[in-house]
Amino acid sequence: MTSLKLSAEDFAPAPPASDAERIARPSLSYWEDAWQRLKQNTRALISLYIVIALAAFTLIGPLLWTIDPSQQDLNQISQAPGLPKSAVLVEDRSAWSAPIDERHPEAPSGYPDTLPSVTNLRVDGEPTTHYVRLVWSPVQDAGGYAVYRNNTAPEGMFNLGLPLSTLTAGNITGYEDRLNLNSETYYYSIVTTDGFDEFDSVQTIEVTPTQSIRVSEAISRGLIGAEDANPGDRVTLSFHPFGTDYLGRDMLARLMEGARVSLFIGLVAPLIYVLIGIIYGGFAGYFGGRFDQVLMRFADFVVALPFLLFMILFKIAFGIGPGENGIFPMLLALILLLWPATARLVRGQVLQIREQGYIEAARLLGASPSYIIFRHILPNTVGVILVTLTFAVPSAIFTEAFLSFIGMGVAPPTPSWGSMCNEGVKTMLSHPHELFFPALFISITVLAFNLLGDGLSEALDSRMRARS
Amino acid sequence: MGRYILERLVGGVITVWFIATATFFAMHAVPGDPLMNEKAATPEIRANLAKQYGLDRPLPEQYVIFLGNMARGDFGISFTQQNRKVNDIIRDHFPVSALLGVLAIGIAAAGGIVWGAITALYRNRLPDVVIMSLVILCISVPSFVFAALGQLALVNVNQWFGVSVLPVAGWGTLAHMLMPALVLGLGTMALLTRLMRSSMLDVINEDYVRTAKAKGLSKTRIFTHHQLRNAILPVVTVLGPQVAAITTGGFVVEMIFAIPGLGRYFVQAVQQLDYTVIMGTTVFYGAFLVFMVIVVDILYGFIDPRVRLK
Repeated sequence: MTSLKLSAEDFAPAPPASDAERIARPSLSYWEDAWQRLKQNTRALISLYIVIALAAFTLIGPLLWTIDPSQQDLNQISQAPGLPKSAVLVEDRSAWSAPIDERHPEAPSGYPDTLPSVTNLRVDGEPTTHYVRLVWSPVQDAGGYAVYRNNTAPEGMFNLGLPLSTLTAGNITGYEDRLNLNSETYYYSIVTTDGFDEFDSVQTIEVTPTQSIRVSEAISRGLIGAEDANPGDRVTLSFHPFGTDYLGRDMLARLMEGARVSLFIGLVAPLIYVLIGIIYGGFAGYFGGRFDQVLMRFADFVVALPFLLFMILFKIAFGIGPGENGIFPMLLALILLLWPATARLVRGQVLQIREQGYIEAARLLGASPSYIIFRHILPNTVGVILVTLTFAVPSAIFTEAFLSFIGMGVAPPTPSWGSMCNEGVKTMLSHPHELFFPALFISITVLAFNLLGDGLSEALDSRMRARS
Repeated sequence: MGRYILERLVGGVITVWFIATATFFAMHAVPGDPLMNEKAATPEIRANLAKQYGLDRPLPEQYVIFLGNMARGDFGISFTQQNRKVNDIIRDHFPVSALLGVLAIGIAAAGGIVWGAITALYRNRLPDVVIMSLVILCISVPSFVFAALGQLALVNVNQWFGVSVLPVAGWGTLAHMLMPALVLGLGTMALLTRLMRSSMLDVINEDYVRTAKAKGLSKTRIFTHHQLRNAILPVVTVLGPQVAAITTGGFVVEMIFAIPGLGRYFVQAVQQLDYTVIMGTTVFYGAFLVFMVIVVDILYGFIDPRVRLK
């Protein structure tokens, strides 16, 4: 019997005979794989970019667009979106008394049956949105004049519009209109009266005032310096790319401020209640048995609460003190009512994973419970949780918008997209942009998170893994 | 079966009790009381009123009294609308909300099933792409925006025709109900369409469908008897919770279209802290929703013979 001569080299692993067992592609971790599949999903990728853009809009936007969202631009109320507008400078409030024609009597000597209409009706100076000064030649024997204004052309004596004033002297030959003027066409009608009753004689003039701003206001807004304040000059008004709302506040600045509120509630509330749900559901699932039953029965009760009714009730119960904006009560109410859905989901996942073979294997290999939880159970639920989180954001944003819309949400003047919608609905017919922009932002955000959620749930679905 | 229903009913009653308790204590946690708004009330008048409504008793006692009354189905008298029983408010205004909700659910379910089936049959072709884009849009736009736009559309349509095609607001006839119900059901319809599409796609290639084809059944018969019937099941399960979403989501639609439903009374009651109306409406809604879910679950057993209720 010959003894084998064995050396250490004989126990070295044999070199691979061929290339067959070499792994051709670098192995991908779960997350790398999911990311690759997410990148192939164009819709999800675009949504991801939109979410990033929204974050930039909210966080970086106010640094670039520094207009105060609560500052009122009274010259540009409910302005539609557009390019910057210019305005004519007018002198500060100055008295203008209507010229009196001394050649005519103030009151008529008799009561004539008919009188002609005024002649030579014209505008004195440039008509501006601060004043329109009408002058005319008086009518012999007239006892006064009635001034009307309308947005549409009158037909003879009909449809004269808003009665502005009744002048009770026949020799007054002018009228200054300062009533809520906008830069649009008006039809002024002067009706001759005998001091009491109107005759059937009218003279109408079409006037389009130009946008104007007072000198002192232009200086205080920093549009011009104090030294070059010449009435009649044109100045460029502050720019509102998205227009202004019904109080003259800049829409873009308010949308940014509103994004903070809406996205804060929309992101933070789901983050917190999903976390609570993970802990609650994880405990219930891990311990199981009677403990699990009691916990889940309680979660079932909370699920059964009529959601919006309790949202409103809780929001009021947690109270809004003076000067508070009501964000915190809303956050608290959302968290209190929405955690059970995640808890149920996580519990189900944990129960399922607990019975898996690899957990058993890990236990046999002597892994500690904490190792099993953090290394095996949690990573396997993270995908589901992430998808839940993504879908939870739109519903939180919707809830915030809904509550603010019915006036039970964020307290004014703090803007949120929902409360901006609420304000926009009131002027929907005349200034649709005030409703359109906040509604658009809500919709885009919700759409982006929904599509991202769809993409994530496909990408993280391990059944779809490495199909290619 | 009987045992199952009984168990569910007992569970439902316990849930309603939980809802009532949670509402009661949440409501009393709100600072102030319903008598704060009384004009120029001297302390004596206030004390008398508090005594009459039982507000002078300690909270646990009030709670026990309330539970006793609730068990007898009596929610008391409204604080803000004197001489009006909460039961009467519910009886007068709940049917309005319910009718609107039923109509909306009907529109949503019918639309969801039809659109979902169409998109699944035309998968990845033009009808599918168009309908699914609209669905995504409907899911992403808040219901109040739809309500506002729907009303705006009515205004324009009426102006265009010069006659009132459909009334812009109000309540009473079927014409009043159409637009609000459509607007209210739109979000749910979109959800149901998605669900129907995916469940239809699951069903479309099942073995029994292939068997039916092999048997030589007509396409329509396969569609109605094999595909549709099986695909509808998951849609029915979500109808229960969706009833909840729709009846409460009705608040905004009721507000915008000036519909005298119960939602408005609840919002008003919360603002004025009208204890009895808050309790009445919440418990009533809660009970309604809880039992709707139970009814749907039981119905499910009838629709799908595979589901055994135990």
